[in-house]
Amino acid sequence: MTTDTQLSTPSGAASARALDGEARVRLYETMVLCRTYEEAILREYHADKGPGFDIGKGLIPGEMHLSAGQEPVAAGVCAHLSTDDGVTATHRPHHFAIAHGMDLRKMTAEIFGRETGLGRGRGGHMHLFDPDTHFSCSGIIAEGYPPALGQAFAFKRKGTDRVVVAVTGEGAANQGGFHESLNLAATWNLPVVFVVEDNDWGISVPKSACTAIPSNADRAAGYGIPGERVEDNDVEAVHAAAGRAVARARAGQGPSLIEVHTLRMWGHFEGDAQGYRPELAEVPAQDPIPRYEQALRAAGLLDDDAVSRIKAAASERVEDAVAHAKDSPLPDPAQATDHVFA
Amino acid sequence: MTITDTPTTPAPAASRRLSTSKAMVEAIAQEMERDPSVIYLGEDVGAYGGIFSSTTGLLDRFGPDRILDTPISETAFIGLGIGAATEGLRPIVELMFADFLGVCFDQIYNHMAKIHFESGGNVKVPMVLTTAVGGGYSDGAQHSQCLWGTFAHLPGMKVVVPSNPADAKGLMTAAIRDDNPVVYLFHKGVMGLPWMAKNPRSIDVVPEGEYVVPIGKAALAREGKDVTVVTLSLSVHHALDVAEKLAGDGIDVEVLDLRSLVPLDREAILTSVAKTGRLVVVDEDYQSFGLSGEVVATVADRDPTLLKAPVQRVAVPDVPIPYAHVLEYAVLPRPERIEEAVRRVVGG
Repeated sequence: MTTDTQLSTPSGAASARALDGEARVRLYETMVLCRTYEEAILREYHADKGPGFDIGKGLIPGEMHLSAGQEPVAAGVCAHLSTDDGVTATHRPHHFAIAHGMDLRKMTAEIFGRETGLGRGRGGHMHLFDPDTHFSCSGIIAEGYPPALGQAFAFKRKGTDRVVVAVTGEGAANQGGFHESLNLAATWNLPVVFVVEDNDWGISVPKSACTAIPSNADRAAGYGIPGERVEDNDVEAVHAAAGRAVARARAGQGPSLIEVHTLRMWGHFEGDAQGYRPELAEVPAQDPIPRYEQALRAAGLLDDDAVSRIKAAASERVEDAVAHAKDSPLPDPAQATDHVFA
Repeated sequence: MTITDTPTTPAPAASRRLSTSKAMVEAIAQEMERDPSVIYLGEDVGAYGGIFSSTTGLLDRFGPDRILDTPISETAFIGLGIGAATEGLRPIVELMFADFLGVCFDQIYNHMAKIHFESGGNVKVPMVLTTAVGGGYSDGAQHSQCLWGTFAHLPGMKVVVPSNPADAKGLMTAAIRDDNPVVYLFHKGVMGLPWMAKNPRSIDVVPEGEYVVPIGKAALAREGKDVTVVTLSLSVHHALDVAEKLAGDGIDVEVLDLRSLVPLDREAILTSVAKTGRLVVVDEDYQSFGLSGEVVATVADRDPTLLKAPVQRVAVPDVPIPYAHVLEYAVLPRPERIEEAVRRVVGG
């Protein structure tokens, strides 16, 4: 279900495009790849944190924010992008990185802190920078929005129809950077699609306890741009809303804001026992991937064989990336001070 | 003596004199002519020409597509500069006062300064962040700070602070061409503004044409043998005034204008202190945990026996900049305090 809170379809075309069977299966494949990836990182992350749980220990040390449950947002949005378009993501970036086409080997090597990683092990999982896909992320809430404006400004100035998708969570909508960015993008008519992943929780604080209005999409009205809220973590509704927003941006009609009500299936970070979450028992049943799989089976687009094939292909790519990361050299401590300056 | 030593560039033949602000604008204009990827954005940089005349005339010359007035949204427009720089533009972004960094510092130190490192060198951020610093005109505690030590403390930004017109031009050219983020801090008191008291050195000879002052090289603003004054920005003018006065008393003061904080020309400091054996550091930033301590540590780390006398520091004594003129002048490194420190360190 999609709730238009303000302007509706700009110039018609993109949103009216119905998803064909192939495109629907592709959305499913993307979601499966994202989930398979996160399950592998989950496994590797916890494999060597013991005894007990030592966050700084193991082949993947540090905070780990996994995106299980939020795949519909990345799959639905990135289906409209090419790697010439930009994405700025959050501290929970993997699903967007994967859906946008990041090289899994380089990405995984970075998460394992290896010299072959995107940032030669200097960045880590919250700091993935990939010039090949114009992808970046920031660990600071809402602060990925402003650089997206600059990418969009550069794309527009070059006379291209390239766009930038800027992602935050619902908690970021209460940050100054969020509002400054919407205003500036609207004022300068920049080709940006602002995406808010509303997973209900800012770590342990529910949205209802910190946000004055139910839908952040309504905030778009304050900047004179279209705002749309997508309910039910529905990948096809995300796809439709993003199609409208991306088409607007490519047509030079400026930015849009989309909030998707999505689902954080796991903790804010790994090690988060989520004792603050009363609805935890209901979460597994809300998993968007089996639900979409059922829909595609019912439509005759998937069967057991196809599902097995898709999952096996995803697993093969992910395990290849994990093996590559583990086989890659660690950075040389003697080079710890390199790359501060160009 | 006011000629700045610029080892890699020959001294200007002509004697054309410009204010510091006009020299800065000339460098920007020349680079904009040369490189279409250079843009300038910030608050009141268009029709107004910059509150401190940092962009006078540029809008008329280059138009609103390249000289962009922004909303009062420093987080958004500094971030815009960062994103644009990662996509091949060379933005110059103006933060009207350095004091305003509090509303946008995340973009500066967590993004502008770190993206190159976090990307393992794969993403460059070639932008210049210009900002006005300094007090002396009763603008109060939130519009008078220097804060260069705060920028310089955090890795990933080059930090330059011109004290005179020629360096303002040469360092701006270098900053625009640099592939790293460069914070360019200009003291309001050296800009040569018609509406603010100014030292005569804020209008001086500036080379015509292309002119580069390398980032990271201090300048010997005055040679002397008795005591080294290490300083920067407006304090260079005060130190030179003091040096001229003390020359009459037989005290020969050497004045080193750092020009860059990052990278810091430690060799120039050590060379001068090795010659004079006496060190005064003059810094309009807060005294503790900052530049003055770093300069002293540079000597202590290498060879404390270079010093024949305890070091003197003349800085803002860890107090917000007061409003009332007499109070402000009591805490700024004014010539009287510099003179007193020099006399003390030479035992006079």
